[in-house]
Amino acid sequence: MNGPYGDLWTRSVARLIKTEKEVEGRYEDVWLVVEEDALDQWPAGPGEIVGQPTPRITGPQRARGEARYTADVQLPGMLHTAVLRSPHAYARAKSIDFTRALAAPGVRAAIGPDDLDVLVDEAGYPGVAVAAVAADTFDAARDAVALIDVDWEVLEPVLDPDEAVGRKQLLIEPRKYERGDVERGFAEADAVVEAEFRTQTVLHNSMETHQTVCEWQGDRLDVYISTQFIWGVRDEVAEQLGLPPDKVRVVCEFMGGGFGSKNGAGDHTFIAAELARRTGRPVRCALTRREENQASGNRNATIQRLKAGARSDGTLVALSGKFVNAVGWSGWTATTEGPMQMLYACDNVQTVTYGAKINTPPMRAFRAPGFVEGTFGLECLLDELAAKLDLDPLEVRRLNYSHADDDRPYSSKRLMECYKRAEPHWERRHEVRARSEGAWKRGVGLASQVWYGGGGPPSYAWVRLGADGRATVITAMQDIGTGTATAMTQIAAEELGLPLDSVDFVLGDSARGPYASISAGSSTTPSMGPAVRAAAADAGRQILEIAAQRYDKEQRVLSLKNGHVVSSDGGSWAVAEVVGLLEDAQILGKGARGPNPAGMQVLTFGVQVVEVSVDTETGEVRVDRVAAIHDVGRVINPLGASSQVEGGIIQGIGHTLSEERLLDPQTGTILTQSLDAYRLPTIADVPPEIVTDLLDIPDEHLTNLGSKGLGEPPIVPIAAAIANAIRDATGADVRSLPISREEMLRALREARQRAGEKVAAPAS
Amino acid sequence: MELVVNGGSYSLETPVGRSLAETLRDVLGLTGTKIGCNEGHCGACTVLVDGVPTLSCITLVHTVEGRDVTTIEGLRDHPLVDSFVRSDALQCGFCTPGQIVSAAALVEANPEPSREQIRHQMAGNLCRCGAYPKIEEAIVACARQTKLAAVAEEAPDA
Repeated sequence: MNGPYGDLWTRSVARLIKTEKEVEGRYEDVWLVVEEDALDQWPAGPGEIVGQPTPRITGPQRARGEARYTADVQLPGMLHTAVLRSPHAYARAKSIDFTRALAAPGVRAAIGPDDLDVLVDEAGYPGVAVAAVAADTFDAARDAVALIDVDWEVLEPVLDPDEAVGRKQLLIEPRKYERGDVERGFAEADAVVEAEFRTQTVLHNSMETHQTVCEWQGDRLDVYISTQFIWGVRDEVAEQLGLPPDKVRVVCEFMGGGFGSKNGAGDHTFIAAELARRTGRPVRCALTRREENQASGNRNATIQRLKAGARSDGTLVALSGKFVNAVGWSGWTATTEGPMQMLYACDNVQTVTYGAKINTPPMRAFRAPGFVEGTFGLECLLDELAAKLDLDPLEVRRLNYSHADDDRPYSSKRLMECYKRAEPHWERRHEVRARSEGAWKRGVGLASQVWYGGGGPPSYAWVRLGADGRATVITAMQDIGTGTATAMTQIAAEELGLPLDSVDFVLGDSARGPYASISAGSSTTPSMGPAVRAAAADAGRQILEIAAQRYDKEQRVLSLKNGHVVSSDGGSWAVAEVVGLLEDAQILGKGARGPNPAGMQVLTFGVQVVEVSVDTETGEVRVDRVAAIHDVGRVINPLGASSQVEGGIIQGIGHTLSEERLLDPQTGTILTQSLDAYRLPTIADVPPEIVTDLLDIPDEHLTNLGSKGLGEPPIVPIAAAIANAIRDATGADVRSLPISREEMLRALREARQRAGEKVAAPAS
Repeated sequence: MELVVNGGSYSLETPVGRSLAETLRDVLGLTGTKIGCNEGHCGACTVLVDGVPTLSCITLVHTVEGRDVTTIEGLRDHPLVDSFVRSDALQCGFCTPGQIVSAAALVEANPEPSREQIRHQMAGNLCRCGAYPKIEEAIVACARQTKLAAVAEEAPDA
């Protein structure tokens, strides 16, 4: 390949492709400029650094309280904002009078619906932003907000999603899907089960609430924000304010959790920007915990009316589902129907999904939106079917295994291997059941997981290396607490053959690094990782070029290992010695994320096996043990990965057993705004044992790493696995989340009635 | 008023009604103490007052005049910090300073806490990322190491 342009031809070349882009299960066709991914994958299995358990590199800063979060940004002269939010679910502000508020001490500016698009005088949900005040302190701003006089015309809210569907009050046209002939399928079935499942609204409750500090520098705007997508905020703010994107600088060095709720800029950012413009001062707009639990999004409730039919051997012949997503006043309709379409090889499937527009706060993505809810319904239904046919639930799942999609093969799928590894955990059920004692019944359940997680282009990284032999990876991405910075540093160190502590990582500032993708949809590692590796490889190649000339070797015999340039025909030189020749010059490597494999589905898979104890007198449910087996391709950091699995499971246990946003059924007022009312899991709720088993086999078709994302898969199957374990323990079918004591006792009563009817039947 | 934080004494003019958390963060610039809920439910703002874990967001600063306040900044060399990092007992890290402050009081009072005692004592510190299993590990590991160090000190010739 060495022509007149040297090795230029082997370097990355931009290419325009039309491709499907997937975020959180939503596909869109887009034109993308991508660079080819020319690197071969590393061999499977742990490398020197990649694949080794590695404590996170930002750990000391975070643990010592040195990490600067958006909450910690304090700028000279900074003002604070309080927001007037609608106290009504549905109302119209006939007038808004700022006279008294503007006269209050410390007030610098006040804005309302006439001043800013995101402030509204028609409130479609409780907590929507109506007006805002900037003042010297937050207390002064809050006191002033109480002095804004609003004359409300209160309207009748619609709060019941079924009612909204009946009234055709929908956010999208009903989404219909059909393959095969469902009616014929059900006609051929030996057994049919039909049930209604309900999932509740849950709140993200990131420990750091949504917040932004805006500061104008002339015609440029600095935005410090707790976000999952630096570049998305930049584009959104630039568009809203009519600025060229490069006039907007977005900074997020450390952030205190998002879970999907911080994918966008949010109203508070535009409020801060406008108030900063009006006052000429930096302005902070930070949501209180109570505002957070009204106006920063939620996982919407669902109603799922499902039906499954199978032959007596367990072969699925028909699946159908009517799904109602209680989306809220706005928002998107997540694919609650996705698992029913994707998890099993069933010829006849029909789904319809409604996005109900009701007077509740808009949903936002929350860790595998749609699939968490849909998997609960489908996987519970499958176990009810297995129980009816007296079949082993694991065998039913194997029997209906979806091997390949007709027109879109899987880039890799090792769910069968996950099932195999689940066997020893599943086998424990006999022994677990035998430990039932008195009112406490014990049992084991399982559920499968399918979700996205392939990531995609574009994403870029740079690697800078100077005469001191230290490398710095630079990319303007965010680490939302998932350990991405650590994983990226491991990848660069592995590629450069440098020790981990010789690699620095710079992130979190759109003015300091290239474009980086969103941290959502389990995509950060699969999107960013290959770009970081490509950048490191580009830098490494340049080190070898220098070494080849200095030591008179052919470049192809040289490689980087353990901080040395090693020649396959003998000879080894410390990298520091080679790059020492640079003096003040620098090596600059750049890398880009290549395209996803064309025409393939890139998905993650897994299975979880859960052991529970149920107190059949009080309805208390305890999760005793969880085994989580997932196929997410190559694992970069097994330590951080196990933390993410545990975190997903614990968040899922909260969703399953304790968390629920409650509304006043008449007014729509949110009753669970504070953390004493909204029950998050504590350390005391954690199962005594969580076993993490990741297959750690690279996806051979996916990028130069073969890694998929892991953030979401662990939360997907946990609710169904718990519910199925409860059925195993007690015979009761729980069908509504959270499985509160009331729901547990209801299901137990129903099971007793059913058993009584069975016993009574022959006598009648 | 006189405020004693991490062994240093500060003379402050502070309005009645200001919380200890706000004072630490906004006046003294000790932003390691986080505010997660500002109403005493999440534990992120935990500091020690005379060695006792205290929710600084619902503690009026005037009530701790002259008492010994310890924040995460005063515990940066505590072995728990290293133990939390090694055990990966933190994800986003926002609750972590509060977790470590609570844990420091726990191991001070009980150098070898059982897992049950850890779960009881730490239940007031919420972690939305769910780092709990590794927080438990970190505290157990720290207690074990502290004990080993103490044994080594007692028997230097061993």
